[in-house]
Amino acid sequence: MQVVTANRLIDGRVVFRGADGGWVETIGAAVVLEEGAAAAAVAASAADVAARLIVEPYAIDVATEAAAIVPRTMRERIRASGPTAGSEAVALAALGRDA
Amino acid sequence: MYVYDAFDHRFVAARVAQFRDQVNRRLSGELTEEQFRPLRLMNGVYLQLHAYMLRVAIPYGTLSSRQMRRLAHIARVWDKGYGHFTTRQNIQFNWPKLEAIPDILEALADVEMHAIQTSGNCIRNVTADHFAGADPDEVADPRPYAEILRQWSSLHPEFTYLPRKFKIAVTGAAADRAAIRFHDIGLVVVRNAAGEIGFEVHVGGGMGRTPFVAWKLKDFLPQADLLSYVEAILRVYNLYGRRDNKYKARIKILLHEAGLDKIRAEVEAEWAEIRDGALKLAPADVAAIAAQFAPPVFAERVPESAIEAAASAADAGFARWVASNVRPHRVAGHASVTISLKPIGGVPGDATAEQMEAVATLADAHGFGEIRVSHRQNLILPHVARDDLPALYAGLVAAGLATANAGLITDTITCPGLDFCALANARSIPIAQEISTRLGDAARQAEIGPLEIKISGCINACGHHHVGHIGILGVDRKGREFYQITLGGSADEQAAIGDSAGPGFWPEEVPGAVETLVATYLALRSDPAETFLATYRRVGLAPFREALDHGAR
Repeated sequence: MQVVTANRLIDGRVVFRGADGGWVETIGAAVVLEEGAAAAAVAASAADVAARLIVEPYAIDVATEAAAIVPRTMRERIRASGPTAGSEAVALAALGRDA
Repeated sequence: MYVYDAFDHRFVAARVAQFRDQVNRRLSGELTEEQFRPLRLMNGVYLQLHAYMLRVAIPYGTLSSRQMRRLAHIARVWDKGYGHFTTRQNIQFNWPKLEAIPDILEALADVEMHAIQTSGNCIRNVTADHFAGADPDEVADPRPYAEILRQWSSLHPEFTYLPRKFKIAVTGAAADRAAIRFHDIGLVVVRNAAGEIGFEVHVGGGMGRTPFVAWKLKDFLPQADLLSYVEAILRVYNLYGRRDNKYKARIKILLHEAGLDKIRAEVEAEWAEIRDGALKLAPADVAAIAAQFAPPVFAERVPESAIEAAASAADAGFARWVASNVRPHRVAGHASVTISLKPIGGVPGDATAEQMEAVATLADAHGFGEIRVSHRQNLILPHVARDDLPALYAGLVAAGLATANAGLITDTITCPGLDFCALANARSIPIAQEISTRLGDAARQAEIGPLEIKISGCINACGHHHVGHIGILGVDRKGREFYQITLGGSADEQAAIGDSAGPGFWPEEVPGAVETLVATYLALRSDPAETFLATYRRVGLAPFREALDHGAR
């Protein structure tokens, strides 16, 4: 299973392709696709690259665990949920929020 | 400090305007990402895992308090309230929006700073000894030469598309605190028998996937010939450096493949053509630049400060901080102070906007408004009266910046790693934090003594793991983070690349492995004055490797 991800052009933030073809900021709102459908979604994302919404779309492997969508690689888990360490993570932890 | 002249202001302002136009054209669709990427990189703008990252140059690591306050302002207004100081005396902002970056660059230009040539295959920020101008053993302040090189290399039309990036470092002292033997060109300011200033020239040092200690190309280069000789080196590299394979494109590979004698002959031949041309440095021009780095006017003081002595007697924490973070100054009664950016369990190299402002305030009160950034990811106040040390310490305590660990085991160099970097294979920061937490006890650190741990999250070696007394390299093993350890590396004048200590460790095993190495050292050292590195050089790899094989897991 895969989801399609990219970075938003204007601010570089991580986004995921949602069910309606729009781009969402949380992986939980992403649409999970079989490999072939994900490849088609990446191809379709070229229109959003041309429309200057996103850059560099690609598909990542995910698992669904207890209804959560979890990327299979550490890199993509960190992209999905933010730095595991660092001043950003510390500041957000102090505020009682997830990074 | 160097002050921009009218040309410099126009030059940087023009560059900001040009980049603003480029960003606008990207956002309007006139430029594709493929067209825009090299343009943004030439202005220090990367796209990392979570956001754009802006790398700002701090030339030869020298900052005024006013500039530091501007960095704090940028962190607060356009980022998330902090910045990250790097091993090349730069600062990185991790979260700027692309549309905001032209405004950030304008705010930087206003205080005579920029991000030009902090990325791309060009001559990068020229770095220098962070104790320049303050070190008792210095031949001369290296920064005027670094500034001359900066002016010469800025948008040099011939060297904008080199085979690969090119890094230059300069030190004015025999003790190498700028890792010059691990730069593409490393310069040491020296005097010849006649008392004339010149440079020892080292070429082809570097880390990354193929580490080399630099080759010495010249024993004495006269001051007047600095630019022509460096230009000759760059021309030879630009002509012969490999462009077919980015992993073999640095000048170190050219030196390694062609040999020192061949490269030296090529450089000398090229130099003979241009030596007496436009690049000849006139003594008056060098003096004019050097005058901008004139030291502050120091008040006359007795060498031993009674105020400091009383504070040391009354406060063990202060005494510990002086022992590790304060070093002698060339002027009696003064000192250079390292402000550690390595709080125990914290993120190496990070400073919040509030901390940057506190450092600026303390620099104004106690250090002539001058701040340095070291390649070891700490800040320095180079010129402080010893009488002021207790007040400075109190200010640092209040700002959470009084960690007494400069040069000790928790003073790691650590790259951003997989938490931020698009190139990384493994995380670095959490490893550094865990080592710091486990070994951060003050008495234990003092017992261990000088020990440099350097951590990189990939083979590119931004965390200088090759030259760590203990080096830690994160790699990807079958989709999991995995760490290889090297021992005996050193970035100083006795430069050495670390030896592999075996197959490696899973993340949760790394702090235990470091503790095993420390325990092995403590058991092996001939006396408490023998450092980890000295012990390693005396006994070799075998006992450490054996201890790791048996003890770490």
